Amino acid sequence: MPLDTADYTYRIPGQTGDWEIVVGLEVHAQVRSKSKLFSGASTEFGAAPNSHVSLVDAAMPGMLPVINEECVAQAVRTGLGLNAKINRFSRFDRKNYFYPDLPQGYQISQFEFPIVGEGEIECERDDGSRFTVGIERLHLEQDAGKSIHDLDPNATYVDLNRSGVALMEIVSRPHLRSPGDAAAYVRTLRTIVRYLDTCGGDMEKGQMRADVNVSVCKPGAYEKFRESGDFSHLGTRCEIKNVNSLRFIQQAIEYEAQRQIDLLEDGGKVIQQTRLFDANTGVTRAMRSKEEAHDYRYFPDPDLLPLKLEEAFIETLKAGLPELPAEKRERFVSRLGLSEYDASVLAADKDRADYFEKVIEGRDAKLAANWVNNELFGRLNKEGLSITESPVGPQQLGKLVKLIEEDVISGKIAKEVFEILWDEGGDPEAIVEKKGLKQITDTGAIEKVVDDLIAQNPEQAAQVRDKPKAMGWFVGQVMKATGGKANPQAVNEILQKKLLG
Amino acid sequence: MSVTQDDVRRIARLARIAEPTDRIEQLTGELNGILDWVEQLGEVDVEGVEPMTTAVSTPLPLRPDAVTDGEITQDILKNAPRSEEGFFVVPKSVE
Repeated sequence: MPLDTADYTYRIPGQTGDWEIVVGLEVHAQVRSKSKLFSGASTEFGAAPNSHVSLVDAAMPGMLPVINEECVAQAVRTGLGLNAKINRFSRFDRKNYFYPDLPQGYQISQFEFPIVGEGEIECERDDGSRFTVGIERLHLEQDAGKSIHDLDPNATYVDLNRSGVALMEIVSRPHLRSPGDAAAYVRTLRTIVRYLDTCGGDMEKGQMRADVNVSVCKPGAYEKFRESGDFSHLGTRCEIKNVNSLRFIQQAIEYEAQRQIDLLEDGGKVIQQTRLFDANTGVTRAMRSKEEAHDYRYFPDPDLLPLKLEEAFIETLKAGLPELPAEKRERFVSRLGLSEYDASVLAADKDRADYFEKVIEGRDAKLAANWVNNELFGRLNKEGLSITESPVGPQQLGKLVKLIEEDVISGKIAKEVFEILWDEGGDPEAIVEKKGLKQITDTGAIEKVVDDLIAQNPEQAAQVRDKPKAMGWFVGQVMKATGGKANPQAVNEILQKKLLG
Repeated sequence: MSVTQDDVRRIARLARIAEPTDRIEQLTGELNGILDWVEQLGEVDVEGVEPMTTAVSTPLPLRPDAVTDGEITQDILKNAPRSEEGFFVVPKSVE
């Protein structure tokens, strides 16, 4: 299918005709740093409650925030990875609201002047097709603590370990048009921050979570919005808070879009509101909080001066950026000669790409890609393991590929060796040596086997002259006689010569 | 710019302070007095002047990324009306 002409428009049929959806996302990505954004307490996950907490994080009176230079650098790196404008001037503001896990009574965030401005990233769908999503901004802010509601029926338990950890809020343009594309966008973001090492990207640990804005409209309205930038062409949106997996993002969008369509077709109106997604039931429901909870009364934080970035600081970070997934994919295709598909699969995940690059050191890349993508990933998937848990290491697999490449063993024997490596480990060369799996390339030895076979089976040999396909039987017999170790190419050549002459 | 009595009630609610029912009229007057006073700044000609939020011109001090604080759970929980197993315990607040 020519992808550039494919129709990716997601439509939901209704009583009044088809509907389309428009989605924008705010992704909160936890910054990878040793200490918090404004205090020297540790960011390490899983510590005893309220241990990684300083007096600043607990908002004791008189405490002052001092910003962590590395968190600033991480935000700039991420901005560069999103092809975005780095703002030389940014400012911290207070976002005021009350909640038990927010001891300050406000979150330090960036409202009017974010550290990173407009950008754009290319995302990839499962079928390999690509689409572009605009980034509106990225700003730095503090994470809140954690409330635990299920330890006591009448009380909430609060742990401030996460309080004050740096977050990057990455806001997309409303450029996503289907639940699948929204998930693909978040997946791409995750890949980018993991390549940059600016965020762990582990959604299960809460290192990345998304607020999802969903609205519905009639076909044609979105195009008018894109042409004019006028939001009045779009429907009223609802924001679904804190969705923490790719699957839930899709489910929440599907449910929410249908809810809005049903409402509109019944003659109702969508009210702009914040909703929660219940992963157990798959539905979204309005938050009970009063409207005024959204009156955050932002104002510049008087405890912090504006953040001004020097050109040299940005240039140094730019120079130190690693190769990004899109660049890597391109290099795999243009320099290593991999197929677009193989290159995409390998570049889509940093751990996979790192593994692959270790396998190919001094080896044939196409053959290695084939082994990593098919044999290794196939086996890992089957066992439910990730690449970092692979029992076969990249050096081992690299050696195995080298053995195939140098005709020491055939592809078929290599699969046997792979099984041994998977189950017992060891060195591929030593295994081949010890088990006597070396391919027989000595034509003299193969010729002898062939001569014997022809002598013992004159009728079959005669048949081959009329029906060349019958040679397959001889190939099988030679392989059987040599324990599968005969070089298939050599066997074919010798049989051709001897039987067809 | 001025505030109404409703605005004052709303501000009190947002700041989580008791609604000053008996002093609402007096407070509204006082707040409007402050606003009027600030309004006078509007008379200053600021044509071509960059908006500013601080009079300090030194750059924002940055600190290196190192763990230098924390691990003081006892101190953190010391003033909590209720705590258990290292957690603050507060009235049930769930959305």
